[in-house]
Amino acid sequence: MSVVLEARDLHRHFGGVKAVNGVSFAVEEGEILGVIGPNGSGKSTLFNCLLGQIPPSAGQVLLDGQDVTGMKPLELNRRGVSRTFQLLQVFPQLSARENLILAGQEHIGSRMKRLFGKSDAGLTDAANHMLEQFKLSHVADLLAGGLSYGQQKLLDAAMAFMAGPRLVLLDEPAGGVNLSLLGSFRERLRAMNAQGGSTFVVIEHNMDFVMSLCTRVMCIAEGKVIANGKPDDVRNDPTVIEAYLGH
Amino acid sequence: MNQPHRVLPLALGLLLVAGLAGSLLQPYEVYLISLWAVYTISALGLNLTLGFAGQISLAQASFVGFGAYATALLLPHGVPFGVTLVIGAAISFILGILLGFPALRVQGHYLAFVTLALATIAFLVFRNESWLTHGTSGIDKIARPFPFTSGVAYMWLCLGSLALVTLGVWWLLRSPWGRAFLALRENPVRAASLGIDVRTYTLLAFAIGAALGGVSGALFAPLGQYIEPSEFALPLSFSLLLMVVVGGSGTFMGPFLGAIVSVALPEVLRSLQDYYLLIYGIIVILLLVFSPDGVVGIIARAVARLRPAAAPVEPTP
Ligand SMILES: Nc1ncnc2c1ncn2[C@@H]1O[C@H](COP(=O)(O)OP(=O)(O)OP(=O)(O)O)[C@@H](O)[C@H]1O
Ligand SMILES: [Mg+2]
Repeated sequence: MSVVLEARDLHRHFGGVKAVNGVSFAVEEGEILGVIGPNGSGKSTLFNCLLGQIPPSAGQVLLDGQDVTGMKPLELNRRGVSRTFQLLQVFPQLSARENLILAGQEHIGSRMKRLFGKSDAGLTDAANHMLEQFKLSHVADLLAGGLSYGQQKLLDAAMAFMAGPRLVLLDEPAGGVNLSLLGSFRERLRAMNAQGGSTFVVIEHNMDFVMSLCTRVMCIAEGKVIANGKPDDVRNDPTVIEAYLGH
Repeated sequence: MNQPHRVLPLALGLLLVAGLAGSLLQPYEVYLISLWAVYTISALGLNLTLGFAGQISLAQASFVGFGAYATALLLPHGVPFGVTLVIGAAISFILGILLGFPALRVQGHYLAFVTLALATIAFLVFRNESWLTHGTSGIDKIARPFPFTSGVAYMWLCLGSLALVTLGVWWLLRSPWGRAFLALRENPVRAASLGIDVRTYTLLAFAIGAALGGVSGALFAPLGQYIEPSEFALPLSFSLLLMVVVGGSGTFMGPFLGAIVSVALPEVLRSLQDYYLLIYGIIVILLLVFSPDGVVGIIARAVARLRPAAAPVEPTP
């Protein structure tokens, strides 16, 4: 197995706050890596540094062994990296289906061809398929802004998969998703991972969800990796329990 | 009213009605209808830039000016009108790209000021470079292209051009580009993370909007057959901005309706003489207070009330 994503001694400071304080880890192809840690421990900031959203203060990010530190999100997306943000970011004025088409359209043909080609860039079938997989078919034509929070959250995650990415970073995808939907959502992510051969990194506070979904879990506290290993080992790691209780 | 594919027949029908009405009316009304068509083309352009892509511009009048001057200056040299129109649109397109660059760095009020500065520079060029533009004495005797020499025939040319522009804008908005513009306006950060090239689309939004300003200017020059710099100064930019906002920014029908208000209201209020501007201003303010989504918003709500059974009409952005 080859390493897809690697962080080498990443740092990100906000004034005196050391949000990310020397993080190193690697993700191998096909893995689902869970990232847990107390609120404010630096998980989202780590994502933002990995994905070019904010430049790291120091350290390196490697994609397939190539240095991509500080590369812009657009360029990373073109290299097959996809993400969601912690705060919901669907386009409320587009329908659920249109959101998915938007998420895939820039990866089809050239810009000129898209202007003169079909309105849906030929993606309606793919979007419908995705809607079905995420159990959103019944709301396909509704404006995303009118969907329930949980439905928007599912749509947001589905958008990350429209372009057939090889690396997907999800920031709290299960937050706000109804318990009864969580199980199928987890199976959906598993299946995506298995079929597409893509690699996931998932930040999540829902322990049961993380532990049952991920092949490996990494715990971050105060900007540092304090545990990294099999889900059960991390769950029972005294330093992890201490980090959670301490807050 | 926000879905271009649903309201396209409405827009084209409006053009046809305007043309048929104009054919029965007096020369002054024919002139007003032509002017409406010309302004609407420019407002459609600004609506792409501002309403759909979310980039404010106070320089739209300058692009109308480039189009108007290109036509007025080239026609006497025997260049056919169709060619002068394309040249005017091309100049505006290129200068529109240049205007787009500041938008990659600043947004909102700051962008408004940058475009204001560029509009001022363009006005100074129109006014002071008299070797090229004839300065404040302007350019007169601008010939209308054969066979559109009569007022009514020229009105049909303006309306026909507007129909083509309408079809073009409709096509653009329903294409993936339209979706990308909306994404750019709503959430550029998320857009970039989905592979949407925010930089290129921003420049395109400015360039296409500007090019339509140029087309509008090319039609404007032979309409009054005389142009001078002050016609393309800030008041026109503000007026075009008002058309977009009053009509309903980011809606397909907005520019058509906004331009009607802009052309017709002054005529209706003319009898008020000195009070006209005051009343006009008050009407616009009231409209925007009670319907921030403009005339389109009022109509959409009225339609929704008349057809309670139909799908609820979501307030337009
Ligand atoms: N743009 C910013 N400017 C200043 N401080 C910031 C900024 N972004 C994050 N921080 C700080 O960095 C620290 C880590 O924040 P981050 O959002 O990465 O935490 P998190 O682990 O994602 O938390 P949560 O689980 O609550 O989402 C916090 O103390 C936060 O206040
Ligand atoms: Mg977070």
